[in-house]
Amino acid sequence: MAPSTLGAALLIARKDLAIEFRTRTAFFSAVTFALLGIVIFFFAWDPTAVSAMDLAPGVLWGIFTFAGLLGLQRSFGVEQADRAIDTLLGAPIPRESIYLGKAIANFVFVAAVQVLAIPAVALFYNVPLLEHAVALATIAVLAAIGLVAVGTLFSAMAVNTHLAEMLLPVLSLPFFVPIVIPAAQGTARLLAGRPAGEIIGWLKLLVAFDIVFVAACMLAFPFTIEE
Amino acid sequence: MTTPSNAMTAEKAAPVARTSVDWLFVVAVLAIAGALVRAIYYTPFEALQGPAQKIFYLHLPAALAAFFAFFIVALSSIGYLWLKDPRLDRAAESSAEVGVVFTTVVLTTGPIWAKPIWGTYWTWDMRLTLTLFLWFIYVGYLVLRGAIDDRSMRARYSAVLGILGALLIPFIHLSVYLFRTMHPKPIVIKPSAPSLPPEMLTTLLISFVAFMLFYLALVRQRYRLANERDLLEQEEGR
Amino acid sequence: MTATPSASERVITTHGLGRRFGGRRAVSDVTLSLGAGDCLALFGPNGAGKTTLLRMLAGLLRPTEGSGEVAGVVLPGGATLRGAIGYISHASMLYGALSARENVELTAKLFGMRNAREAAKHALERMELPDRSDTPVRLLSRGMQQRVTIARATVHSPRVVLLDEPFTGLDDSGSAALGAHLATLRASGTTMVLVTHQIPEGLALATHAAIMRDGALARMEEGEAWDASSYLTVYRGLVTHGA
Repeated sequence: MAPSTLGAALLIARKDLAIEFRTRTAFFSAVTFALLGIVIFFFAWDPTAVSAMDLAPGVLWGIFTFAGLLGLQRSFGVEQADRAIDTLLGAPIPRESIYLGKAIANFVFVAAVQVLAIPAVALFYNVPLLEHAVALATIAVLAAIGLVAVGTLFSAMAVNTHLAEMLLPVLSLPFFVPIVIPAAQGTARLLAGRPAGEIIGWLKLLVAFDIVFVAACMLAFPFTIEE
Repeated sequence: MTTPSNAMTAEKAAPVARTSVDWLFVVAVLAIAGALVRAIYYTPFEALQGPAQKIFYLHLPAALAAFFAFFIVALSSIGYLWLKDPRLDRAAESSAEVGVVFTTVVLTTGPIWAKPIWGTYWTWDMRLTLTLFLWFIYVGYLVLRGAIDDRSMRARYSAVLGILGALLIPFIHLSVYLFRTMHPKPIVIKPSAPSLPPEMLTTLLISFVAFMLFYLALVRQRYRLANERDLLEQEEGR
Repeated sequence: MTATPSASERVITTHGLGRRFGGRRAVSDVTLSLGAGDCLALFGPNGAGKTTLLRMLAGLLRPTEGSGEVAGVVLPGGATLRGAIGYISHASMLYGALSARENVELTAKLFGMRNAREAAKHALERMELPDRSDTPVRLLSRGMQQRVTIARATVHSPRVVLLDEPFTGLDDSGSAALGAHLATLRASGTTMVLVTHQIPEGLALATHAAIMRDGALARMEEGEAWDASSYLTVYRGLVTHGA
C-alpha cells in the first residue's frame, strides 16, 4: 500500500521541481552564474596563447560544477523552512527514496542549466560543440549523474551544520574532480576530432564513477538522517 | 542499571599521573632525530641529485604515514557505522588530525625537493597529486567535524565522509593516470628507483619505522585528549 | 506481527522508555498505557523531554532505554509504524510554495492512498478551509496554516495522532476551533498525545494528564472532569520545586 522506493522518489522529485518552478530563483541564479562565468573567462583569455578549442572544455565543465553547487544548495534548504522534512521522514516510505527523489530533481536542474550553458560556450568561444551533440549529451548526462549523486548527499549533511553554504563546496569539490577531468578531456578530444576510442576511455571512467558513487551515497544516506 | 547503547560515553581512562612521561612519544622523537642524523651524515649522496635528494628520506615515509593514517580513518569509519562504538570515532578523529599534519609535511617537502632537481616547485606526478587530494579530503573532514556540535551526528557524518573519501582516492588515481598517459611528460629522474643501494634502503627503512612510531605516539596522545574532552562534556551534562 | 489483544486493546504502551544524547538523559523511565479514544495531555517546562518522548512514539527517534509499542508495532518501528501515525509539531511542516491542496495531496500519496485527490479534498473540507486552491501556504494566516497542518496529518485517518504544542501562535478563536477539531478526532477513536503549555485547553481534551520534568514523568493520572485551576496549582508546585 505504501509507495515503492521509485514511486516515492518520483513524488518527491516532482514536488521539488514544482516548488523550484514556482519560485525559479535558484534556476535563474545558476544560469546567470554560468553565463557570467563563461563571459568572464572569455575576457580573461589571451587567444594568441591558447586556442578556443583548448580553453572551452575547461571553462564549460569547470563552470558546470560551480553552477551545479548553486542548485544543490537549495536542495535540502527547502526542507528546512517549517521543518517540512519531517513530513517526508514521517511518511511510510523507504529512506533511500528521499535521497533518490532529491537526486532526480537535482539532475533535472543541472541538466537544464547545461542545456543553456553548452550553446552559450559554443556561441561565445566559437567552437563547434553542437556538431557533436549526441556525444556531448552523453558526457553531460554522465557528468550530471555523478555530480548530483555526491552533491545531494553532501547537501543533506551540510544543511544540518553551522556552516551550511561554506561546507557544501569544501566537501563536494574534491569529489567533482574525477568528473570534470574526464568530461573536459572527452570534450577536448571531441573538438579535436580524435578517434572515438580515446573518448570511450574517459566515458568508461565516468560510468564507473557514477555506479560506485550512486551506490555508495544511497547506502550512506540513511545514516545522515537517522536519529 | 542497563548499559545504554548509542550513548557516546567516554571510557574512564586508567589514571595517568600528569607528570608521567609519554615514553612512546620520547622514543618516537628520538627515532626521527636518529633517522635524520643518519640521513644527513651517514648516508651517501645520490649521484645525480646531490644533497637535495636527502629530503626524500623525510618525504616518502611521511607520505606513507599520511596514507596509512587515512586508511585508519576509513577503517574506523566503517567500524563506527557498523558498531556505533564511540572509541572508533575518537580513533578516526585522532588519526585524521595527525594525518593532516603528515600530509602537510609531504606537500611542503615535495616542492622543496622538486625545485633543485626538476627546476620547478610543483610537478603533477602521481604521488604528489594524490597527496594533494588526500589533503583536501582531510581538511573537509576536519571542517565538517568542526561544524557539528552533536556528538552522535558528528561521528556519523564524519564516518560517511571518511568512507567516501577512501572511495575517491582510486578515482583520482585513475583520472591522473589517464591524464598523464595522454600528456606524456619528459622523463626526468625517477625519484624512487627500485634499485636503491643498501645504505639508502636502510636509511629509508629506519626513517619509515621512525615515522610510524611518531604516528602512533601522536595518535595515542590525540586519542587521550578526545577521550578527556568527551568525559568532560558528559559530566557537564552536554 | 499482530499484537496480542489485551482486554482493553492498548494502542500505546511503554515500559521504562528513555533516550540519551551523549551523556545527557533527555527522557528517562517513562511508562504509560493508552487505549483507543484516549488523550494524554502532557505538560511540563521547556527542556523537560516532551518533544523527545513524542518523537520516539512517532518512530522518528530511536529509544536508547526501555521498550514501547505503538499501534501494534514495537518501537522504533519502521514504515509500518509511520503509516499509522499523524504527527503535528509547532512548525507547520508544510511546503510554503505549494498550496494547501498540494501539501495534503502529497502527504496522501506518500502514505499510499489510492484516492489521494479525493482524500485531500475531504480532509480540507473537514477543517473548514475555504477553497483557496492555488494560494501558496506561506501566504495563509497562522490559524489557517494550522488547519492545513491538521488536515495533512490526518488525511490517512491514523490510529494515533501526536501533537507537539499545536496551540502555539493561535488566537482565541483559532484555539477554540483547534480544540473542537481535536475533540472530534478523539471521539472517532483516535488515540492522542498532546503536548501543550495551555493547561485549560489541554485538560478539556484529556482522558489522562501528565507532568514531565527533567525527562521523567513527575505525575500521571486519569480523569474526566478536570479542575483547571487546581491542576495549575499542582503543576506550579511540581515545576518550581527546584532540582
